[in-house]
Amino acid sequence: MDFLELLQLFLSGAWGTIKLFTVALVGSMILGTVLAAMRVSPTPVLRGAASTYINVVRNTPLTLVMFFCAFGLPFLDIRFGSTSSFNSFVYATIALTVYTACFVAETLKSGIATIPVGQAEAARAVGLSFGQTLGEVVLPQAFRTVIPPLGSVIIAMLKNTSIASAFNNRELISAMRNAIEIRGDLVIPLLFGTALAYLILALLLGRVFDYLEKKLVILR
Amino acid sequence: MSAPTQVLFDEPGPKSRRNNIILSVISTLVLLAIAAFVVWKFADAGQLDPAKWYPFTFAQIQTVLLQGMLATLKVAVVASVLAMVVGIVFALLRLSNRKVISVPGTIVLEFFRGVPVLLLIFAMFLMFGNEIGSFWSVVFGLTLYNGMVLAEIIRAGVLAVPTGQREAAMAIGLRSGQVMSLVLLPQALRAMMPTIIAQIVVLLKDSALGFIVTYQDLLYQVNLIGREYNNLLPTFIVGAVLFIIINMLVAGFARWLESRLQRKTTADTEAGGLTTKIVD
Repeated sequence: MDFLELLQLFLSGAWGTIKLFTVALVGSMILGTVLAAMRVSPTPVLRGAASTYINVVRNTPLTLVMFFCAFGLPFLDIRFGSTSSFNSFVYATIALTVYTACFVAETLKSGIATIPVGQAEAARAVGLSFGQTLGEVVLPQAFRTVIPPLGSVIIAMLKNTSIASAFNNRELISAMRNAIEIRGDLVIPLLFGTALAYLILALLLGRVFDYLEKKLVILR
Repeated sequence: MSAPTQVLFDEPGPKSRRNNIILSVISTLVLLAIAAFVVWKFADAGQLDPAKWYPFTFAQIQTVLLQGMLATLKVAVVASVLAMVVGIVFALLRLSNRKVISVPGTIVLEFFRGVPVLLLIFAMFLMFGNEIGSFWSVVFGLTLYNGMVLAEIIRAGVLAVPTGQREAAMAIGLRSGQVMSLVLLPQALRAMMPTIIAQIVVLLKDSALGFIVTYQDLLYQVNLIGREYNNLLPTFIVGAVLFIIINMLVAGFARWLESRLQRKTTADTEAGGLTTKIVD
């Protein structure tokens, strides 16, 4: 197996990581926003449900969550597609989404706490409902204030996609393991190559968040 | 516990009180429906049979699970201690005035902080696994990553100690090593203790990764028992509950310590420098 083939293997692995990351990013942002909205909602049942969920999932290792999704869900006969590789992709995405969402929700909640009380008061004074106050006034500002901590949550999620490799997913770490199985003489260069790939991805992501921060963050 | 941080809604009037009750009922029903669906799925897969739960009454199974738990805890404890040492060393390297020391320190730190823990554990396992075994592979992998994160936390803590402390210590003639070890570090460690323990919780959570390199920890035993008795989900639930309880205890300890320290600490933990985030 020569260099080009190795590179191809790694590129397809990187593509797997990016795919996993993107889908989980969208999912966890949506679920995280919903959870944060539930936590500040006027309905006590929703508040309680969201905070219980966050407390439990936050204290569970991602490995456990993924273990449950990858081995438990098929046991319960919950399947999403015909091929097993697509299934494991969906399971891993669900695990990552469910796990990261509670960190997103926590971050957003602390963002909501930094919005001056006057904003919500003014919104209520002009007669906006809770949904409007949250959706039109508070959340847009909260999102902009929490961009830096949200960035570290998202970068942590990028690194967490590596755990999916243990559950039949094609991504960087599994590509590395394949490559090492074939070229046992190149263990150290391959390890460094993988580390470099992760560093580059994390660096790019960091740049994106720096840019967003410069553009959007509200200084108070 | 679940009180909103900021009131985004008015004191409910008669109409919104009614709406609220309706919403509560609906959301309770939805939550119950979800719970019922889960239970139904479990029952459908035959995982709720008493027979599936029966193995947990065997003393042997109990000991195996407890051994797994202990193995996980052992990794976490050893790695925490080593990570603390690595953290202090790298914090000192980064704080050094000499560029020759601080720049390589920073590069190494950023490198290990930027890659996934799992990759570090694999690296240890693949390079030295034959000599040191899976236990030390996991420990060293966790140590490298969390040590670097702790280093950043400790460094932020040292920088946050009021400058008067350092100046006073130098004025009474302490050498710079003494200033650090007798004056700055104790205060920094104390001020950052809640953050440090929060990172230890992250380490504890990551110690579950051991099963991926065939370390015989809790998850490994869960998998084994689950496959043998065909009761993967009940075993998993028992294991997960064990894990979550331990994590919540340690996290609760961090919160308790934080509230206690806020009463006693003299170092200013709010102002400047303390912006290091917990990253897991």
